[in-house]
Amino acid sequence: MTNKQIDPSRPIPDTTVFDGRLSQRGYRLNKLCASLTTPQNRAAFKAHEDAYMMRFALLEEEKELVRRRDFAGLIKAGLNIYLMIKLGACTGHSLYRMGAQMRGESYEAFLATRKIKDAV
Amino acid sequence: MGRIVGGIGLSHVPSVGVAYDRGKQQDPAWKPLFDAYVPVREWLARLAPDVAIVVYNDHGADFTFDKYPTFAVGAAERYGIADEGFGTRALPEVRGDAEFSWHLCESLVYDGFDLTICQELNVEHGFLVPMNLCFDHSPRDWAVATVPLEVNVLQHPLPTASRCYQLGRAIRRAVVACERDLKVVIMGTGGMSHQLQGKRFGHIDEAFDQEFLDRIERDPAGLAAMTHQELMERAGAEAVELIMWLVMRGAMSDTVRRVHRHYYAPMATGMGLVTFEDA
Repeated sequence: MTNKQIDPSRPIPDTTVFDGRLSQRGYRLNKLCASLTTPQNRAAFKAHEDAYMMRFALLEEEKELVRRRDFAGLIKAGLNIYLMIKLGACTGHSLYRMGAQMRGESYEAFLATRKIKDAV
Repeated sequence: MGRIVGGIGLSHVPSVGVAYDRGKQQDPAWKPLFDAYVPVREWLARLAPDVAIVVYNDHGADFTFDKYPTFAVGAAERYGIADEGFGTRALPEVRGDAEFSWHLCESLVYDGFDLTICQELNVEHGFLVPMNLCFDHSPRDWAVATVPLEVNVLQHPLPTASRCYQLGRAIRRAVVACERDLKVVIMGTGGMSHQLQGKRFGHIDEAFDQEFLDRIERDPAGLAAMTHQELMERAGAEAVELIMWLVMRGAMSDTVRRVHRHYYAPMATGMGLVTFEDA
């Protein structure tokens, strides 16, 4: 292929590149999260999380990642970060809280690494 | 004849929209950012553009992976406000200029850019944060008409930086070819350095961002030669959005006059601002 933009021989440390292969793998997860853009669907998810996941035919391991709020695991399973923010909004996890969990540290420890932690 | 009267590169962080809605413009954590836009808004008021072309990316609000265009252009008289998962912001619908949109699309497609054309489009923070920073709105309307130009920066393969730069060139040709006497500003939005996933969450590289601000002014062709890999390695996976600034830069003259420049990185994203006029 000419003009290759991503070099698989040089994986970027601690980074998941959301490419077609991953988008295909995470299709169900992304579709579920994209649906959380109406108040009705958010209410339905909050009321019966498992039933809501059934509607999108999530695999058992995908459901388990959602139940555990395993954000690093969800990214690896093909959930796009921007769709994951919608799941976070629906489950009380701000972007920075999800980020702290993915870094493997507390929210407070993450905030301490920032220049101006009030700009949230 | 249409004319591009200004170009703006700026970041579209969602927390800026929240700060805006909560009236935190004078809050110490946000004041440096909002203050930087005071002279930009004065400059824009003097330029009095008729239309703003806003080059942005959607974040799963109105474009999802069932069908995912590489470049999509709005061609409507009104654009709705999307619910991104937090509820719908209390903002008026955004005014379009469908006639100009269709002119732009015709010119771009015949110039070799095979666009997706959208007659219904709801816009979200990628589009609205730059609008909030640069333009006023009343409860019913905005100070300028817009053309949303959406770019795939989520699902690789993304358009190359070079292709984005060339798209900007083609937009310039399209604006000049417009028979209406339109004053157009173009906004390239996104970034700067940030990574929002994995253990590298929170990565910022201010040196990279400052270098990018230098080069978008003086060496855009050099920037356009960067691969996505290089951009993501240095500035973080989500910093690849910066390719959208090259659409804006491509639409300006080869040599530009820089009018404003600012940088602020309080939390997890380098927020850049640069404005240009043709030299």
